[in-house]
Amino acid sequence: MASTIEVKEYPTEPLKCWEQAKNLRKNYYEDYLYAHEKGGLRWAGGAWSFSAIPAGLGEDVYCITGEPYGATVAFFKDYASKCHDATEAAGFPRTLCAYMRNYWGSILLDKYILTDGTVVDGYPPPDFIWQDHICCSHGKWYQLVKWLEKKRGKEVPMFSVDVSVGYPSDFSPEEEYKVNYIMEQLNDGIDWLEKVTGRKYDDKLLCEAVWNEIKATSLWAEICALNQAVPAPLDEKTMYSLYVMGTLMKHHAECVAFYQTLRDEVKNRVQRGIAAVPHERFRVITDTQPPWGFLKIFREMEKYGAVSVGSLYTFGLIGMWQYQPDGAWIPRPIPSRKPQTREEALQIIVRWTLHKPEWAHFYQPELKTKMMESIVKQWKVNAVLLHYNRGCEGLSLHIAENRYGLMQAGIPVFPFEGNMGDERDFDLAGTMARLTAFFESMGLKKLKE
Amino acid sequence: MITAGVDVGAKFAKVVILKDGQVLTRAKALVGFDVLKSASDVFETALKAAGLLGSDIQRVVATGMGRNAILHKPPINADEAGSEVVAGAAGAYHIVPTVKTVIDVGAEEGRGIKVEGGKVKDFVINERCAAGAGTFVEAMARALEVKVEDMGPLSLKSANAIPMNAQCCVFAESEVVSLIHSKISKEDIAKAIHDAIAGRISSMVLRIGVEKDVVLIGGCALDPGFLPPLEKELHTSMIVPEFPEYVSALGAALIAVNPTR
Repeated sequence: MASTIEVKEYPTEPLKCWEQAKNLRKNYYEDYLYAHEKGGLRWAGGAWSFSAIPAGLGEDVYCITGEPYGATVAFFKDYASKCHDATEAAGFPRTLCAYMRNYWGSILLDKYILTDGTVVDGYPPPDFIWQDHICCSHGKWYQLVKWLEKKRGKEVPMFSVDVSVGYPSDFSPEEEYKVNYIMEQLNDGIDWLEKVTGRKYDDKLLCEAVWNEIKATSLWAEICALNQAVPAPLDEKTMYSLYVMGTLMKHHAECVAFYQTLRDEVKNRVQRGIAAVPHERFRVITDTQPPWGFLKIFREMEKYGAVSVGSLYTFGLIGMWQYQPDGAWIPRPIPSRKPQTREEALQIIVRWTLHKPEWAHFYQPELKTKMMESIVKQWKVNAVLLHYNRGCEGLSLHIAENRYGLMQAGIPVFPFEGNMGDERDFDLAGTMARLTAFFESMGLKKLKE
Repeated sequence: MITAGVDVGAKFAKVVILKDGQVLTRAKALVGFDVLKSASDVFETALKAAGLLGSDIQRVVATGMGRNAILHKPPINADEAGSEVVAGAAGAYHIVPTVKTVIDVGAEEGRGIKVEGGKVKDFVINERCAAGAGTFVEAMARALEVKVEDMGPLSLKSANAIPMNAQCCVFAESEVVSLIHSKISKEDIAKAIHDAIAGRISSMVLRIGVEKDVVLIGGCALDPGFLPPLEKELHTSMIVPEFPEYVSALGAALIAVNPTR
């Protein structure tokens, strides 16, 4: 006889804007692939690059951001495996960033993957690379892309912006030298973009793109804040398919429009008590990128009545936040007016971006612990699941210290080892067994066998 | 009330039958390819030893890595399956109510469990490496061509410290072969093996912190060569209960008495 535990059941319903999200992502990958056929330009860079800047080159400029592409590859494990084989055969070690290896592997295989898993022949090389440097892998990633493309006979010019100036406190004005250091690079970058593309730069398009990015990243934070409600209107597994728009096209009007639609829908779900999962009795947050090929661990949690309501990663990779004097974390209020000039646009986007929460812990692990503690408190979280992600040195930096800090604060922590993009580093059966042990130690039993 | 705890481990299945909280009988046997059959056979042995029928058992709780093989499946029909972590903590707390740290080293896994009032506060499990579990000693015994039960007494005859650097069981075997070819004595190699496993377990357990009383359970606690280096590594004395390999089965039987614990 199967044991059954009675737990309150909340109403659930699918997200109405789900198809819109799927189509936006699909179109983004296809736009990059077919950019030249439309007479446009292609560029490549990280999801954290100042993507509003190349937008000043015209409305037919399409990018592919590297980390989301690496994650898409990871989701399709057979193709990911081929990418790993290709990079290892080329002499790169498997300890490097897994997204980076998935990306390089695609170039080496000369194949490009679309969001439905279709693999097309011919990896489309970018016309230029526009990158930022925040972690060591970001620093090297596109240098190797340039090298790999050169071996294929394509000279790809590259520009990188160094952003490693530290994290500004919300309670003191940004140190001007930090802002000026990055602004000078962006100004140089605009000159460089004009030179390598032969196009005239349009400051009006820049101002528009910056304003879009400000709105989109604040809106995403607003959506995440709505998940403080009990029951949570979104679970993290679903949020992964939604935050990604901010990693692909944060400077696009389409992204702003989508997040406005989503925000309104989530707000409505909260008002009507619509839950992400039917049985919510234990709320967790995770940390860093998940093992993309094994998202079923989130479904396993649901069997215990546990729901992941987000993470510093899903909230702060793209969402912009601000600390209040009382310690509360709120969506970062947008500046009072839209920029009108290049100078204003660069000032606004640099000041805004320097507050990116997921950059903070590159400098101080204590800041990350503090942010996670705030999330635990405000989002009414019972425990933290820490992914010791072997695939990302950057976001796993200091993670054991975060575990220690959270434990010191009395927050139960479940660490598990894995890899966001390389399934060889993830033990599904072992992780499931440990997760069971953790939930049991929290006094939870499976709701249904 | 008569309850049973069945711990289906990687190497052995262990059964403890309780009557009103007192142990009526214990039984264990090797787990073969057919996990359900192995566990059922040892369950039958335990019933016979206690003079009971299956229908006399009011509640059965399964634990161990093979626990799901006997959940709701005849002839054992375990009513519930629980993790080794919770069962190990419950069993250790029953035997030593002052326990704060449980170190459980079985054939396949090593675990550290922080306990407060019998409840699990934190735990850690070795990840994908047999070099922190009993299988390691067994594999090395094969390489040394000695019986596994002789490994502990052999190691106690050595006072030398031979470092073993291998981080994994497979590479460690190569290292042992190298030591054999270097004419290092079996006693010294046996001690090196126990030092290595103690080193791996202690570094893992230190992640959750070690607080007295510390109770060592699991099949490896039966190995006399394992306790001294582990106590030395962790700078603490440990309590090894009688029948340490049955502690998780005992915990499961206790959970069966009070399912809401």
